[in-house]
Amino acid sequence: MTILRLTVCILFLWMGSANCQSKMVEIKGGIYIPLYGRDSLKVTISDFYMDVYPVTNQEYLEFVKEYPKWQKSKVKKLFADESYLMDWKSDFALGNGQVLDAPVVNVSWFTANAYCECKGKRLPTIDEWEYVAMANENIPDARQIQTYNEYILGWYEKPKTFNNTIGSTFKNYWGVYDLHGLVWEWTSDFNSVMVSGESRKDVDNDSNLFCGSAAIGATDLMNYAAFMRYATRGSLKAKYTMKNLGFRCVKDSNDEAF
Amino acid sequence: MKIPKNNLMSIGLLAVSVITLQGCIDNTTKKEYASAADIPVSREMMAELTAPPNVPRGVGDRKAKKLIVNMEILEKEGTMTDGTTYNYWTFGGSVPGSFIRTRVGDEVEFTLSNHPDNKLPHNIDLHAVTGPGGGATSSFVAPGHEKKFNFKTLNEGLYVYHCATAPVGMHIANGMYGLILVEPEGGLPRVDKEYYVMQGDFYTKGENGDPGLQPFDMQKAVDEDADYVVFNGSVGSMTGDNAITANVGETVRLYVGNGGPNLVSSFHVIGEIFDKVMVEGGNSINENVQTTLVPAGGAAIVEFRVDVPGTFILVDHSIFRAFNKGALGMLKVKGEENKTIYSGVVQEGIYNPEGGGIQVMPNGGDDEDKSSGTKTLAEKMESGKQIYTKTCFACHQANGEGIPNAFPPLAESDYLNADVNRAIDIVLNGKTGEITVNGQKYNSVMTKQSISSDEVADVLTYIYNSWGNKKTNVTKAQVEQVKSGH
Repeated sequence: MTILRLTVCILFLWMGSANCQSKMVEIKGGIYIPLYGRDSLKVTISDFYMDVYPVTNQEYLEFVKEYPKWQKSKVKKLFADESYLMDWKSDFALGNGQVLDAPVVNVSWFTANAYCECKGKRLPTIDEWEYVAMANENIPDARQIQTYNEYILGWYEKPKTFNNTIGSTFKNYWGVYDLHGLVWEWTSDFNSVMVSGESRKDVDNDSNLFCGSAAIGATDLMNYAAFMRYATRGSLKAKYTMKNLGFRCVKDSNDEAF
Repeated sequence: MKIPKNNLMSIGLLAVSVITLQGCIDNTTKKEYASAADIPVSREMMAELTAPPNVPRGVGDRKAKKLIVNMEILEKEGTMTDGTTYNYWTFGGSVPGSFIRTRVGDEVEFTLSNHPDNKLPHNIDLHAVTGPGGGATSSFVAPGHEKKFNFKTLNEGLYVYHCATAPVGMHIANGMYGLILVEPEGGLPRVDKEYYVMQGDFYTKGENGDPGLQPFDMQKAVDEDADYVVFNGSVGSMTGDNAITANVGETVRLYVGNGGPNLVSSFHVIGEIFDKVMVEGGNSINENVQTTLVPAGGAAIVEFRVDVPGTFILVDHSIFRAFNKGALGMLKVKGEENKTIYSGVVQEGIYNPEGGGIQVMPNGGDDEDKSSGTKTLAEKMESGKQIYTKTCFACHQANGEGIPNAFPPLAESDYLNADVNRAIDIVLNGKTGEITVNGQKYNSVMTKQSISSDEVADVLTYIYNSWGNKKTNVTKAQVEQVKSGH
């Protein structure tokens, strides 16, 4: 069955239409402590599959062809703000300078969520996303490694990375690309960790947001790298779209193999 | 200098009106309000926003209004110093951000827009706001979006605003700060010239002067080990052609802020005494001040009358910051000399109790011979300009004009053009004693410059090919020859 599907897939790809599932890899679950969560306790992650790459313009183009209600001109304002697919020229045409295998950006949580559902997948949770994203090339938890954090902080300063193609950053321990260095990514529960606009006030919250070590070093860099991610998520609403924000999907391991 | 009596009186009057917040003139009847919160507003008005060193027009005697402020956040690459760039995060496209000018009782409608190309969410905390977070909570905005909030200006004074999004230190370190002025009823007293100066410290991966795009260095920021301390966002933002100007006899008012993130400024203008300082930007006025402290996240208003012409240097008098990290600006004053106030040199001679000592700059173990000497003239010019800016600029000035009676000019210099080997020797070994340049006598000390032969060749080539000099291309071999023959 799988082989058959794969063949069909390859056939389709060959015909220039990637009507098949994008490539996923299995992530072995585990227990870890996120930088901060609702209670800063250990979080258990079950096994799951994650897309190797963020969803591309090409893939999204096919999606809106298949599901007209998510087309640029047809989408309900409730589900996506005015900047939805901002740089696309029309419902089916990319803008000048946009490339098919760059990540799709300017998509809202609603649209990203619908895309994953239509593929029989779902958006990752913050905890799942962070769990996979704490890996560097070699180890599953690189959060204490200076170069790992510097890479992330360095990306914050690089302009217009949203135009880069998928796979242009490093392949991490799990075989997943582009979690850092390309675009921000939606998570299913992006707004569950409250980072208010007033970041200094958060210091006093019971949650263990900004305290932790007084020592300076990798931990500090790690915190800074992650703060920005949490702050960005905190600034979003589900209908918001951003030029630096895309997404990828995941799937539970116990679902039927694909 | 002393303030004339009538000036003192007007300050006194100002202080009184400030304290009592004496009424607003409504046609001919004066109304008094128990609190600034009760001042009514009439009509809407778009706020004029200006990039440094300029400030918007004063409020004069306008009534309190609904003031519309539209501020855009831009993350963009800019020049830190010649050859070095930095990714600035800005309010309104400049560092410091746009200057906002209001009066007591204004109702400000503030819209903060985050440009779609930006990567990060931002917000704004205005120290002039009475309310949680100074507006930070209400203005937290994602890229490609905007947020609007309103506040009423209750307290007059000069206030800092800045971004307060996590990590706050990094947002400020990248340039997200500026000033908002709240003038009293009737406005601040009129002066001839007003300027906007704001200090900030920057932390880069490379050391001061390292070329290319320099990323932010978190570790140095935490250690408070600044690579650059500058006025208005970059080295040279207020020097040479960018200097602020005034004419003899005018009163200059500087709105001085300090964005930090870490360092407190000892603000000083070389060769001037502040007639008035509105300490910390508040109502307390100090007179005859040499240096005023401007805290990180704070401000001061300084005023002085310029009585003699010349170039007056603005510095952070924590002085290594000025000469080694960039905290240096210029005020150029034109007009008639007044020999009673300042005579200039009247007599000069040589005082040599222990023989002519030549000072030596410490050698930082600089890497010698970075290149093989096969550079093109254009490359030498570029590298030479950078070396000049770092090494020679402070004395010989931006266009080689020197400083009269102190440092000889390099522009159209007969002394320089007469002998290349002598020029090389002076850069390598320093110079002391009287020389005559373009008919003027100079008698000062130039220290030995600890730069590589390659760098000597580059900087001299730059000097010889600029400002009307004879276009000699100085080679490294020539420098080596002078070195060995010495």
